Amino acid sequence: MNLSRTARASLWAALALGLGVIYVPLGVVLLNSFNSDRTFGWPPQGFTLQWWSAAWRSTGLRDALWTSVQAGLGATAIALVLGTMAAFAVQRYRFFGRDTVSLLIVLPIALPGIVTGIALSNTFHSVLGIPLGLFTVIVGHATFCVVTVYNNVLARLRRMGLNVEEASADLGADTFTTFRLVTFPMMRSALLAGGLLAFALSFDEIIVTTFTAGAGVRTLPIWIFENLFRPNQAPVVNVVAAALIVVSVVPIYIAQRLSGGDPQTR
Amino acid sequence: MTTSAAVGRTGPRARVAAFLHRHARVRLSLLLSAPLAWLGLAYLGALAALFVTAFWSTDTFTGDLIRTFTWANFQDLVTGDVYRTIALRSLGVAVAVTLIDLIVAFPMAFAMAKLASPRAQRWLVILVLTPLWASYLVKAYAWRVMLSADGVLGWGYGLGATIATLSYLWLPYMILPIYAGLERLPSSLLDAAGDLGARGWRTFRTVVWPLSFPAVVAGSIFTFSLSLGDYITVKIVGGKSQLIGNVVYDNIGAANNLPFAAAVATVPVVIMLVYLAAVRRTGALENL
Repeated sequence: MNLSRTARASLWAALALGLGVIYVPLGVVLLNSFNSDRTFGWPPQGFTLQWWSAAWRSTGLRDALWTSVQAGLGATAIALVLGTMAAFAVQRYRFFGRDTVSLLIVLPIALPGIVTGIALSNTFHSVLGIPLGLFTVIVGHATFCVVTVYNNVLARLRRMGLNVEEASADLGADTFTTFRLVTFPMMRSALLAGGLLAFALSFDEIIVTTFTAGAGVRTLPIWIFENLFRPNQAPVVNVVAAALIVVSVVPIYIAQRLSGGDPQTR
Repeated sequence: MTTSAAVGRTGPRARVAAFLHRHARVRLSLLLSAPLAWLGLAYLGALAALFVTAFWSTDTFTGDLIRTFTWANFQDLVTGDVYRTIALRSLGVAVAVTLIDLIVAFPMAFAMAKLASPRAQRWLVILVLTPLWASYLVKAYAWRVMLSADGVLGWGYGLGATIATLSYLWLPYMILPIYAGLERLPSSLLDAAGDLGARGWRTFRTVVWPLSFPAVVAGSIFTFSLSLGDYITVKIVGGKSQLIGNVVYDNIGAANNLPFAAAVATVPVVIMLVYLAAVRRTGALENL
């Protein structure tokens, strides 16, 4: 590529600097989870494992984590089904209003979360009369998670083409057999990548959750927000954050491996 | 496989499969049914119901909804100087965050897509994705700690702190679409531009930028919309500043005035719809 030496160097510098800016606050969080000072005095006066063991023992935290996992799994399951169906419809067929369907799928993530949140909570509460709880959280999360699965499956279908499925039909497999033995295996990694993103989106969501969760339902972000400004709990919150940063590398690595390569080779 | 196909050929499953195979429109309707019921009926219906509520009012004494048509909420919204200031401020914050993220993200995405080796690319993407999994609240709180008067940066809280924190939070959402867009851009086009005599800047202006523009717009949809509706970051680092999100939130919680909150919420919706309509033709929505 026709880039001067200085241009290359400054682009690399920009990348390094940008990553530095991204990681310094995360580093501060990690370091503060061992900071013996309750108010995170800087520089740290001493280090302790006290907060990590306090977090391990906190039952409120454990309940919130479990609620978040349930909400994430529920929302991801719904998003996988709806996103795949919509991607097939949009990629494999030409019909009136096709662009509108893709716009509709993007809409829940393109509109500010607070709008989605109060619109859904208002509908549950005053139109349908469904009590707010874990179910309404899952519905709210699924609404904005569909788009991640949709995009991954759409991209995969575009690359796959129709040849292999047609070959399967020529060899006598019916619609269902072709889907089970040909289409689905080729889409599997796209589904996993989209599903992981959907789960991540749900796991960290707080705004829609605030409005769709009833009084008794506490997801992890809501627990964190409730405890963020309590001097006694702030160190424990930091531990949760640090743990999430460390654990998150695993699913991201899997998603990256799966969505990066050529589907034909798997 | 052969046995199941042989059994299936005579059973009801075979008839359904054959029917579906012959009727493309039926297949399409079945595929569209559930997504459209969820997003088209339930979600759009909820938004419509909210919009209707914006034309109602609440009884100041009992706090009950009065379901009669009134323009009062929108009149308050348009004539109140406070709300106009807040709306413009929110818009300004969203634009500032989007521009900052664009300026920071583009060179990073370019270096990742065009300068890094394929092996390094995979790790760089992981490095950019990881912070998305770290809780948004805790990242905002880390900035609060850094910005506080005796913290590492010590700038204090306010609108500037809000813009900095939001730019930080949404940066990966800008990097990833641009990276994906640039990665799809064949390097041979850049070489061709060079062979035809274009230097770095001209290649950027006439080849790279126009071709990556949809990806840039896709990223901006995230940064813009996420900033426009935010009320939590402002609470954490914004000091006394208020954005549209805070007005909506306060009217639902403390003031218990859902109709007015709904009216205020139409402001970001209209802004986003105008934005989406404007960028639809660029193909940005397929780059999200």
